[in-house]
Formats: sequence, C-alpha cells, structure tokens
Amino acid sequence: MTIVNSLRSQPDERGHFGAFGGRYVAETLMPLILELERVYKAAKVDQAFHDEFQHLLKHYVGRPNPLYYASRLTESVRAKAEPGKGARIYLKREELNHTGAHKINNCIGQILLARRMGKEKIIAETGAGQHGVATATVAALFGLKCTIFMGAKDVARQQPNVFRMKLLGAEVISVTSGSQTLKDAMNDALRHWVSNVHDTFYIIGTAAGPHPYPEMVRDFQSVIGTETRTQIVEAEGRLPDLLIAPVGGGSNAIGMFHPFLDDADVAMIGVEAAGEGLTGKHAASLAGGASGILHGNRTYLLQDEDGQITEAHSISAGLDYPGIGPEHSWLHEIGRVQYMPITDDEALASFQTLSSLEGIIPALESAHAIAAAEQVAPTMDADKIIVVNLSGRGDKDIFTVAAALGVEI
Amino acid sequence: MDRMATRFAACKAQNRAALITFVTAGDPTPDATGNILDALVEGGADIIELGMPFTDPMADGPAIELANLRSLGAGTKTAHILAIATAFRARHPDVPLVLMGYANPMLVRGADWFAMQVKAAGIDGVICVDVPPEEDAEIGPALRDADIHLIRLATPTTDAVRLPAVLDGASGFLYQVAVAGITGKQQAAHATIEMALARLRPSTDLPIAVGFGVRGPEQAAAIGRIADGVIVGSAIVDIIGSHGGAAAPFVKDFVASLKDALVSAGSLGRAIGRENAA
Repeated sequence: MTIVNSLRSQPDERGHFGAFGGRYVAETLMPLILELERVYKAAKVDQAFHDEFQHLLKHYVGRPNPLYYASRLTESVRAKAEPGKGARIYLKREELNHTGAHKINNCIGQILLARRMGKEKIIAETGAGQHGVATATVAALFGLKCTIFMGAKDVARQQPNVFRMKLLGAEVISVTSGSQTLKDAMNDALRHWVSNVHDTFYIIGTAAGPHPYPEMVRDFQSVIGTETRTQIVEAEGRLPDLLIAPVGGGSNAIGMFHPFLDDADVAMIGVEAAGEGLTGKHAASLAGGASGILHGNRTYLLQDEDGQITEAHSISAGLDYPGIGPEHSWLHEIGRVQYMPITDDEALASFQTLSSLEGIIPALESAHAIAAAEQVAPTMDADKIIVVNLSGRGDKDIFTVAAALGVEI
Repeated sequence: MDRMATRFAACKAQNRAALITFVTAGDPTPDATGNILDALVEGGADIIELGMPFTDPMADGPAIELANLRSLGAGTKTAHILAIATAFRARHPDVPLVLMGYANPMLVRGADWFAMQVKAAGIDGVICVDVPPEEDAEIGPALRDADIHLIRLATPTTDAVRLPAVLDGASGFLYQVAVAGITGKQQAAHATIEMALARLRPSTDLPIAVGFGVRGPEQAAAIGRIADGVIVGSAIVDIIGSHGGAAAPFVKDFVASLKDALVSAGSLGRAIGRENAA
C-alpha cells in the first residue's frame, strides 16, 4: 500500500524533490542516465540484488555497526547544563565500517549496478578522500579499473588517503582547475564521463547530481537510519527525540534521516560547515546560499548575483562544497529538518573533546555534528535522546588538525 | 523570415555551409570583445555564438574553460554581456547572434527576466548546455514566448528513441555534436558525422550544424560539404588565449581561412546526403 503524504515518497518520477533535484546535464549524458535509472529501478525490486548488497554490507563492510551510548560526553554536557537538563547522546558508529566512513555503503550499491550495466571502468570524485578510498576499495574488490578525480588542494591536505587509493590500484588525478577542491573534481569527473560514456560508470559519492543519483545514494545510505531505528528501540524502548548528522552534500545525513522522516516526533538537525563564520568564508549552502543549478541538479548553492558559483571553505575537506543534495534543500524549505551552521573552531574543539572523553577520534565532518550536539543537548531535558551520526573516523584529518593547533608531526 | 533562417537560406543559395564561430564574452576583457566580434564578421562568419562565461563549465574542454576564467577574472558580469550583444546588434543588424552557456547564470534572475533581456539585446537564439529536453520547463517556455530560438544539441549518444524529444521545441538550427565528449578535444571520424547527418535529415527540416573538435579549414570544408553549418570554437578561443587584447587581426585571418575553405568546398555532398536520406 502506498502511504499518502509520506515524506519518504520523493522524488517524483522526473527526479524532483519539490522544486529541487532533476536532471541538468549535457545531452551526451542523458541516454546513459536514463539507462541507469532503468537499471536501478529493476535492481530495487530484485531480491538477488538486495541479497548481494546485504551480504557485502555484513561480511565485507562489517555491518551492523554499533549504536554506542556516549556516557562521558553526556556527562560533560550535563555538567554545563541546568539541573534536569542534558539529553542522552548516542553515537551511530559509521566510522567503524571498513574504510572508516559511511561512504562504503553507497559504493557497494553502485558497483553492483556498474556490474549489472556491464561497465568496465569506474570513476569518482573525492574531497577528503573517504569516497575515493571507498570507490577504489570496491573497484579492487571486483577487479575494475578505477580513476579518482581530486582537487589539487585536497590532494595536498589529504596525502594519507591519496596513498591509500594508489595502494588500492586506483589512478588519482589531481585537478588543478578552479578552486582545486571537490566541485572542480566533480567538473572534471563529469568531463571524463561524457568522453567515456560507453564503458565508464560514475560512482557519485553524495546524495546529489542528476536523477537518479540523489535517490539511489539515499537508498543505499538508508541502512544507517534503518539500523539506528532497530538499535535505539533495543536500547531505550523508543525512537530518539533528535537526530544530528553533518551535511556537505549530505549522504550520511539523508541516510540517517530518511527512515525517520514520517515520524513527526523525531526532530532532525543537519549540520553545515560555517567555516570562518557565515559572514566570512564558509560552506553553508542553505544558511548562506540560494536555489540554483549545478552538477546535474537544482539545489541550494553558494553563488553571486550573476549565478557564478562562489568558493566554499571549510577546515573539513569533505564539507568544502558549494552545494548540497536536493532532498536536503527540499527538507529545509518544508521545515522538516533544521540546518545548523557550525564553524571551523567549534568543530576543532569538539574534535578534541570527543577524542579525550570517549577515545574516539572523529572525522572533522563528524566533529561538526558533535559540536551541534554539545550546543543542543544542554537545552533538552535529561530524559531526551539524541543520536549523532559519527560518519567517519579522524585518522585522515590529524595533519589538518595538528596544523590548525600549531603542532608539528 | 527571422535573421537565422534568412542567413541559412542565403548560404544555401550560395551553395555552401554557414560558418558559425564561437568566442567567450568578456575574453580577455569585456572591452576587447567588441573588436573580436567585428573581426569574426569581417573574416566572414555567418552566425556568431557568444559564450556566457561560467565558473563551472563542465561540458567544455580546457580551451573554453580557460576563456571563461579569463573573462570572469577580468570582471565580466551579465550586464557586460548584454551590453556587448546590444552594441553588436547596432553595428551588425543582419548577423544572427546566439548566446551559449549554462543554466545557472541564465536562470538566476528567472527565465522570464533572462528571455526579456536576451530579446532586448537583439540576441536571436540560446543554447543552454545543461538543460536537456526533460527540464525544458526551466527555460523553453520563456524563450518561445519571446520568439527566441532554443537551439538543441543532438549527440552521438542521441538514439532514435530519444531524437523526437530533442527535436520537440528545438528551433533555429540543430547543433549536431560531432563527438561524445567535451569541446575542443577529439576530432570525430568523418564517416561518423556522415552517418549522424543521414540519420537526422529525415527527422527534421531544421538546418543542421556540426560542432565540437572542428579545428581548421580542411576539416571545416569536409564537414561543410555535408552539413548546413560548421561550428568552430576552441580553435578561435585558443588564438585569443595566445594574443589577448591584440587577438582581433589573428582571429579575422583564421576565420577568413575557414570561410574560404567552405566556399571552395561547396555543398555537393549535402545534396547527396539528402538523396540518401530520402
């Protein structure tokens, strides 16, 4: 039975989430994108596809990963809160996945589609390198040739991940155009794809891009929210009061949120990178951007009055993108999800807090979500429950953090 | 008859393909573009494509990407581009002008605003690279209401199933992309272009112009024998990249060499193409 008025039934058949999403690509790519849509629709209702996906998630990725009650973080929040205040904070441990982030969930799904379509070559774009590593990993697993596009600036600040990708057999192309970050890597990946449509599958890493990517990536990442539902009911006997997840393009956030969208009592906060502050350099496309068209979809973008895309900034390479997935733009406009900006400095502080209190070094992306939790939890009653998506681990970021703290390693 | 149709008809009467040349507005500076456009006309261009620079031109190769960055770096704004077009129209009342670019700069103030400004500037047609027929509602209705041609692209991947969608709402001319790729890179095999044209002819009465990877006179002539128009972009943009503000005479000479080649080549093969298609 179709649920009427479900917030989970987007996008429409043309790939639109309200006024957002769609397919804005060069004509050369359209036939391939329409074929991908057909193949994905068929896979969605194919039990064999689901079985293979689930098998790999369990035995290769290591799912389900734990939902962990962060008692020391909760205590530290309560110490600063008024009596009776300070919500209980749980962490969904996506950082314990193989390759160290949620990115692998989506890559497993998409490589299975690539095989169904008979494509021999895989390309991907990456910012922080987590999606690049995850893509190179699944390409190695299935013996497919892999090329990763990465902005030159990100290549410089994420050397460990660049080396990992190379070890996994991928070619890493350093993109020197534009701002030399994630958006430029995506431009060059699209250029490569349009020139090699016959044999190449593009694994987009976030819930953005032309339809059906935002829907497809969301579906593959929804394993996060689905597991969280089961686990929090086991732990607390009820659904959480608030979900918090970091948002660059927003794949981990939409994966956590989507299974809860119809639960009116579950609030949600997506955390945008406010960089040096919303009046300065930042990457908060909802708080500081406007609706526009880039990289195949209509969504909120950082842009000037002439529609030129402006450069994003975040201490986290993974959030350093001037756009956001179209479903987030829609959820923002209808007010179902609240989006909150967190600055570089706030994220840096929470990076250290979580490391020292819980023995978990979070990715800088995830540290933005922890910072939001630290701000919101003290305002909530002590019997309330927050689940924070710990989307990735921080090994890749230790050099960036050390530099920001003035430490030489 | 509108400027575009008049020009294609005139070329046909001269038994040759139309020469369509592309430059990016504001490259290397907004002030220099007027001279460069005049050089295109003096060299013999029949139709001018004016690129609207964008920060993220993901369907373009390095030559045009650099042109976009040079232009934006020189401070080119949408207002400059419209002023360049308005001034061009005043100097050249009969030369069709097409604005080519990406959706975001075109639609940032709304499609109706854009169509109105384009009309007022004397622009005859628009190519919006990243709005496929599926998203026509973004820009198509506003342009058609203003009697501006929406020029669509057919590519090597546009199959028979898809072609009707591409042609629905297309006007001015059909832009046949010679290669599955970005601008300025590979050259298509001549046989591939011949096949594409033979496939298109029975489906449309629109003039068909071929672009992407057309670098010089010899290749232009070969395509000119079988197509209604030949589009040259990156090769001209490269000249502007090398000579900057002093590029106009070099652009004029190069365009003249393309034009000579088209005139000498004639259009015998095009007639044969039509017979084959019929």
